[in-house]
Amino acid sequence: MNSMAKEFFFYTEEMTVGYDGKPLIRDIRIELDRGEILTLIGPNGAGKSTILKSVTRQLKLIGGCVYLDGRQMQQMTGREIARRQAVVLTERIRPELMTCEDVVATGRYPYTGSLGILGREDRVKVRAALQTVHAADLAERDFNAVSDGQRQRILLARAICQEPELIVLDEPTSFLDVKHKLEFLQILKQMVRERHVAVIMSLHELDLAQKISDRLFCVKGGHIDRHGTPEEIFTSDYICGLYDLPVGAWNAAFGCVELPAVRRRPEVFVIAGNGSGIPVYRRLQREGIPFVTGVLQENDVDYPAARDLAAEVVAERAFEPIGEEAYALALSKMRQCRRVLCPLQTFGAMNRRNEELLREAGRAGILVKVSPGRKYMHEQAGGG
Amino acid sequence: MAQQLLQAFQTPQPGQSPADGRRRQTLRCGLSFVLLSALLAVLFVWNVNSGSVNLTVHEIFRILTRRGGDETAVNIIWQIRLPRILAAVILGGALSVSGFLLQTFFHNPIAGPFVLGISSGAKLVVALSMIFLLGRGITAGSAVMVLSAFFGSMISMGFVLAVSRKVRQMSMLVICGVMISYICSAVTDFVVTFADDSNIVNLHNWSLGSFSGTTWSNVGVMTVIVFSAVLLTFLLSKPIGAYQLGEDYARNLGVNVRVFRVCLILLSSVLSACVTAFAGPVSFVGIAVPHLVKNLWKTSKPIVVVPACFLGGAVFCLFCDLIARTVFAPTELSISSVTAVFGAPVVIFIMIRRKKTA
Repeated sequence: MNSMAKEFFFYTEEMTVGYDGKPLIRDIRIELDRGEILTLIGPNGAGKSTILKSVTRQLKLIGGCVYLDGRQMQQMTGREIARRQAVVLTERIRPELMTCEDVVATGRYPYTGSLGILGREDRVKVRAALQTVHAADLAERDFNAVSDGQRQRILLARAICQEPELIVLDEPTSFLDVKHKLEFLQILKQMVRERHVAVIMSLHELDLAQKISDRLFCVKGGHIDRHGTPEEIFTSDYICGLYDLPVGAWNAAFGCVELPAVRRRPEVFVIAGNGSGIPVYRRLQREGIPFVTGVLQENDVDYPAARDLAAEVVAERAFEPIGEEAYALALSKMRQCRRVLCPLQTFGAMNRRNEELLREAGRAGILVKVSPGRKYMHEQAGGG
Repeated sequence: MAQQLLQAFQTPQPGQSPADGRRRQTLRCGLSFVLLSALLAVLFVWNVNSGSVNLTVHEIFRILTRRGGDETAVNIIWQIRLPRILAAVILGGALSVSGFLLQTFFHNPIAGPFVLGISSGAKLVVALSMIFLLGRGITAGSAVMVLSAFFGSMISMGFVLAVSRKVRQMSMLVICGVMISYICSAVTDFVVTFADDSNIVNLHNWSLGSFSGTTWSNVGVMTVIVFSAVLLTFLLSKPIGAYQLGEDYARNLGVNVRVFRVCLILLSSVLSACVTAFAGPVSFVGIAVPHLVKNLWKTSKPIVVVPACFLGGAVFCLFCDLIARTVFAPTELSISSVTAVFGAPVVIFIMIRRKKTA
């Protein structure tokens, strides 16, 4: 094997995972350093959880080895692993009559004596962990009575006070609302930065995975499809391929999904730019109206959304003022449309020609005012 | 001081400091132990004192400290009442600890040796071996009884485990246990009915459940078995606590789950087998007592709950035996009917409350 791999804090060597001795994913090679977050993404049922369960020894490895800090994990004792690796799992736990503090305190298990009685130092660490996740005020509350967001934070605190070098989380944000998702991942990121912990987790939220991960593993249909940095993985084409989405459904620039564009002969022309177009595009897409938009420079913030949502885009090269050719194309397209929308308010040296387009539209009597409260289709019916 | 004591049993206020909360918890824990110990002492004296021969407390004290007294009274107390009381205390404790272990194992608050059919399995095998031995003119000793009860427990347990692998739903598991229990009881009744021996009367009484007829040698055997099993359980407090969060978390914390699960099964079977061997099947103690204890102590920490369960089970069975003995004296009720009257409502309550929170 190559000697470079040995320098990683955590790595697997030809790890083969699966259930009941049947291999599901073969020859997995994960490499991770301390202070890094590795995220597994991929469609449901691809085997993300299987990989995580194998790393945490809930499932027996079918082949290969897992190394932590240069040593084979299979040869470490349960206690030794417990002091190095903590988990946050998806399964709901309903412990009886346990306060949040009690739940967090179970993380001290590998450090306490044979009867598990907490010492002064243990208590201090439990408190500190609760504070890290901003949950000190929940300490005395019954664990079953707190909200989903609080519960996940408590479980993270439990993992923190286990003082691990590696935390494994299986879809930790799945049941949380957007505020709690963000809060949870922020705390996690802070942990990684301050304590230099390594993190392996699976996430369903691609936008979050793109922003928080240092490395990504893409699992699909029983194999590791690709791995790399967010920049390498999060291209529109690749993500659409990974999840079998129609082309353009994933917008790499914004890190969000788009519903498919209406691809018929355009009925509406949108004069846009500088971000004014995006809400109009989304609205037209929702109402099922095919549209053409322009003239946009390729570096305009509207441009990526226009490419995903518009039937056609009239574009100019980046940083260039709108040229004759683009203007002529836009004008001919506009004349084929029944309506023109112009959410754009400001015109400058670079998009002077758009102002001319607007004037042309006014002259042709096909310009419709954009009002966010009403449906465009209604405007159209009323106007026609 | 009185106010402080009262506070220990009130729900904690959100604003209190952690040290405050812990002090309150410790106080509550201590007070609960004192309370139940006092209750045990009272029931002990009451039990010694009640029966067909009435004695004054002073007399009883003299007899207990071996400072004379009427010979019949001495015999009644030393040969009949004391062994019976000790049996109720020891076996009651054993039952509720056994129930607590099963609840931990199945992550189910209504698991217990009786509802899962483990007691009935033990009963069946004990009945079979008694009849077999009596047929050859041998009286079954304590050791044989305990061994066959343990064997029977393990057979039932095997069935329950096989079912629990197939069905994840806890209510199904309990229904299955009840069915096993009916089958075993039916076979036991059948065997008892067709066995031709004068000892059948004894066998029949035993199969209904009773602490009567306990001898000092019985007490000796059960003390050794129950105390060692409860001590081992107490030493398992730490992994039991980790296991309460679920198997996967326990494994991550370094618990050898496979070995641990085998320990739970063996200990709970030994404890319930011991009870069945000496007193027959006793219902509902294994579910009701751990539940009541956890709510009185307001914790599920095994390091507290294991000894508390033993104490609680002892008090519960002593109280139920007192009722079984005295309410319709001289006719005795079977211990199981009395424990059912007090235990079954607790079980219903648990089920309703779980439905609400789930």
